[in-house]
Amino acid sequence: MSEYVIETEKGKWEIVCGLEIHCQIISKSKIFSGAPAEFGDDANENVSFVDAAMPGMLPTLNEECVHQAIKTGLGLNAVINKYSVFSRKNYFYADSPQGYQITQFEHPIVGEGKITVDLSDGSSKDIRIERLHIEQDAAKSIHDLNPTKSYIDFNRCGVGLMEIVTKPDFRSPEEVGAFLRKLRSILRYLGTCDGNMDEGSMRCDASISVRPLGSTELRQRAEVKNVNSVKFAMQAIDSEAHRQVEIYESGGNILQQTCRFDPTTGGTKFLRFKEFSDDYRYFPEPDLPPLILSDELINKIKDELVELPDAKKSRFVNQLGLTPYDAAVICENKEVADFFETAAHGRDAKKVANWLMGDFFAMLKKKNLEIAQSPVSAENLGKLVDLITHDVISGKIAKDVFEIMAETSENPEKIVEEKGLKQVTDTSAIEAIIDSVIASNPDNVASYRAGKVNLLGWFVGQVIKRSQGKANPALVNKLLKEKL
Amino acid sequence: MAVDNDTVEKIALLAKLKVNPEKLNDTKLEFNKILNWVEELSEVNTDNVLPLASVNDETLTLRQDVVSDGHIRDNILKNAPAQEFGYFVVPKVVE
Repeated sequence: MSEYVIETEKGKWEIVCGLEIHCQIISKSKIFSGAPAEFGDDANENVSFVDAAMPGMLPTLNEECVHQAIKTGLGLNAVINKYSVFSRKNYFYADSPQGYQITQFEHPIVGEGKITVDLSDGSSKDIRIERLHIEQDAAKSIHDLNPTKSYIDFNRCGVGLMEIVTKPDFRSPEEVGAFLRKLRSILRYLGTCDGNMDEGSMRCDASISVRPLGSTELRQRAEVKNVNSVKFAMQAIDSEAHRQVEIYESGGNILQQTCRFDPTTGGTKFLRFKEFSDDYRYFPEPDLPPLILSDELINKIKDELVELPDAKKSRFVNQLGLTPYDAAVICENKEVADFFETAAHGRDAKKVANWLMGDFFAMLKKKNLEIAQSPVSAENLGKLVDLITHDVISGKIAKDVFEIMAETSENPEKIVEEKGLKQVTDTSAIEAIIDSVIASNPDNVASYRAGKVNLLGWFVGQVIKRSQGKANPALVNKLLKEKL
Repeated sequence: MAVDNDTVEKIALLAKLKVNPEKLNDTKLEFNKILNWVEELSEVNTDNVLPLASVNDETLTLRQDVVSDGHIRDNILKNAPAQEFGYFVVPKVVE
């Protein structure tokens, strides 16, 4: 287990942290209306009378949002509840024209599950999921257009959300980071949420408390709202935990409160105490009867589920012989994993993985490209590995060929053919070069013969250089030894 | 079940209603009248009865995921007390 302890002169502390993650559901229309669930359109264009809460308008549940929630639940190894109920969560704020949010309270669509996260020390840990429920998103408020007014855009109002709640299982910022990355990867594999934290389609709130190391008590917690990157989430938890330790050690107490993470200072900023604000007066939504799911539907979705990162990773390790680390890196992103499988098909998968994680990733990074935009196709990367495996070109020449591929998107076989880069394996041709090297370096030949055998490397280098890198190194070695 | 003046004030605050201090006591008495009346229901034993969401025995009808609405901004903004650049404009509300 990864140890994370806050140590001061006065004592040792550990953190107890749980997360609530809001994930925007990928669907064409909103969860309770037929308006588009599109991001980035002009203000208030994607709004229906239902979203604007005009009198008499009734919500109708989008079946795709239900399917996406079931799919996500299955991906979190969780129980799917065949009976779930929508509730009204009442609050008064300009981002909700209804004056309440339709959500699920006592009976969520998905119950307990778990996600296994891999940590940097090679260990892994199960983070338990408490529940997942579906609800509607609120409108977006813009505060910087006018000094005394707020501007409200209801395009986001009514977009489907999945709220995923974990148990308070996190004991370090690293575990939180690993969890968020893993959750994002699962959601993207499933295609249920795009997981873009910086665009707000995945938003994370963390509940944090601290306690003396070794104790099992649960102290008062503070909630840090809306952290919009994995890095910020880790920073926010770290700084909030230190703040609480400082308060306890100077004799103070933590009151239940809400904070906001401030990326410019790296610290948390007090927002409000929780007194009246959390009195949401939930009651069952009168406009929507309970949601009943059939085994048939759940099983159908289960049968159609894609292979998830954990399953893919163990297949890459067990069947293709990758190291667990390489497999984990390749499987985090589905596009990368698919690219790798195409490139490795029928070949030495380990060699392909080395090329992918080495020169290939470096090339994408340098050109600032996503894998889908790669100038080198998976098939061509595979062919390049074939050329090395079959001794057509050396590993050194392959790097040059790869560079040309990255510029021209050309097939490596064609490049090798046109540029005459084929490795020379013809004994007589190599012997001719060796003879000329020996003839023009009589001094070194004499030293070698007198016992300076480590000069062999120098000779090999000379021969390969004169062959313009095309001579097969193993063959050069063998022939040189004979000649010298 | 009976409520006191503090509870009435809290409920008024949550409902964004202004209750005249002179009327607080009367409001409390009215609240309690209603609550006492509803309280009669507790005479019925409901130990093994699930809460009822609706008296209609209807099932939830689902809608197909099709875009069929929106792009009616002028209508949406029609009753707004203030609007600019296609946004609703409200008094500054920053948490």
